[in-house]
Amino acid sequence: MSGFFSALFGALDPLCGPIGLFSLFGSGTLVACGEAGWGDEIAFGVKVTISLALATLPVGLVIGFLIALAAQSEEKLLRLAAGIYTTIFRGLPELLTLFIVYYGLQILIQSVLSSLGYEGRIEINAFLAGMAALAVVFSSYSSEVLLSAFRAIPRGQYEAGDALGLRRWRTMRLVILPQLIRIALPGLTNLWLILLKDTSYVSVIGLADILRQTGIAARVSKEAFFFYVIACMLYLILAMISSFGLGFVERWAKRSGISR
Amino acid sequence: MTAVTELIPPQPAPAAVKRKLGAARIAGIAVLAVWVLLAVALAGMVVSGWDQAKFLRYGPRYLHGLWVTISLVGLAVILGAILSLPIAFARMSKNRFLNGIAYAYVYVFRSTPLLAQLFLIYYGLGSFRPQLEAVGLWWFFREAWYCGLFSFVLNTAAYQAEILRGAIESVPRGQHEGAAALGISKYIAFRKIILPQALIVALRPYGNEIVLMMKGSAVVAIVTVYDLMGETRYAFSRTFDYQAYLWAAIFYLAIVEALRHVWAFLEARLTRHLKR
Repeated sequence: MSGFFSALFGALDPLCGPIGLFSLFGSGTLVACGEAGWGDEIAFGVKVTISLALATLPVGLVIGFLIALAAQSEEKLLRLAAGIYTTIFRGLPELLTLFIVYYGLQILIQSVLSSLGYEGRIEINAFLAGMAALAVVFSSYSSEVLLSAFRAIPRGQYEAGDALGLRRWRTMRLVILPQLIRIALPGLTNLWLILLKDTSYVSVIGLADILRQTGIAARVSKEAFFFYVIACMLYLILAMISSFGLGFVERWAKRSGISR
Repeated sequence: MTAVTELIPPQPAPAAVKRKLGAARIAGIAVLAVWVLLAVALAGMVVSGWDQAKFLRYGPRYLHGLWVTISLVGLAVILGAILSLPIAFARMSKNRFLNGIAYAYVYVFRSTPLLAQLFLIYYGLGSFRPQLEAVGLWWFFREAWYCGLFSFVLNTAAYQAEILRGAIESVPRGQHEGAAALGISKYIAFRKIILPQALIVALRPYGNEIVLMMKGSAVVAIVTVYDLMGETRYAFSRTFDYQAYLWAAIFYLAIVEALRHVWAFLEARLTRHLKR
């Protein structure tokens, strides 16, 4: 069964599959697939970039949602804690956040392990470090978007939920969240596009994403301009595909408003 | 008929409701405790790892890096503002060809990463060395600093053009029509009526763009420019001392917060005639 799926995905691979971009137009050139060119390496980089962005999105959204809840709570201390979080991670450059998370986690784990009596070199996974750093940045921005969406929902909606005898969480899930998604979607779309671009920073800590793979290809083949143009085009295509897909999501979220 | 025969004696005020130790309060205290713990740990790290020699060696380098970052961003924002003017006007023109070109420029530069653009300019154009030497531009594309500046200008011009276009289009049509009815020429109307109103709308997005540029400028460290991030990486590669990154974080946070507050003050000052 899994063989069938991998065969299916292999056949539908948009870059190096049988009907892929590189295999159709790139054979015999520098971006040919397989041993001859860099097509398959770059295709792998695209996969890494997409999976990193997709893996970061839910984590960042959940943390951002919690931060937004904290930022609008009646408890002063909770608001203060949320404010510190967003101020720090919106103020630091993404690259610096990435380094701080990458080396900081390494040092933290190392010191914890050495206090437990384990003396060995620890290298944390670049994918996980990149995911953590991007999720932290994404969550601090998305919390602002969600917070302003929360503020756009009138109090009466909560009161109506109370009047119907719904519990807090059910009010949130059935009444508030559907409206929240509709209001916050344009802002979150922007943040997704920014996240997609920010994934390029993980190439600096050695994760094999689009930019790193094309960079290696550029260095080896001495065709830097060609390969970096390819990298830019790939990011452009990813952005186009996502804004196209998110257009559908936006129409889906607005479907209740059309008939009115 | 009812008559009150007995007055109720004055009562003391009801006792203040004691704030309950709810889940939110506990969570708030817990998260704040984590922040305090982190702050203490970082302060402890700085104090216990204090090294006079390192401070004297890398302190001036950090300040130099700070200056490089600020000058780079300042120049890029100003040059980008100049470049964004024709792009914004092309984007608003009725000529479909001009409009298309400006749209494509803005779309491409806004949806590719700054890092990729920088690599394209520094390494990519670097492979055209003979041609660039022939036209006498090699001195420009040889230096990482110039390449960083060039890519920042191109990038920020795309963003600023969109900000400017949005702001100018947000001015209601009636303002144009009013100016025309008064017989004011188009150029004067734009300069004295449209632009002042547009710039107030654009003020906040411009501030955000400067902050984004400040944060984005850290990428030049990767193409060997010794800006704040570059000096940090240099110090870390020499000492393997994690404090290097903490100091950079403090510098960046200070710059961004200062910018944000200055901008908030400017905005409050410039829009005081709009407050009722």
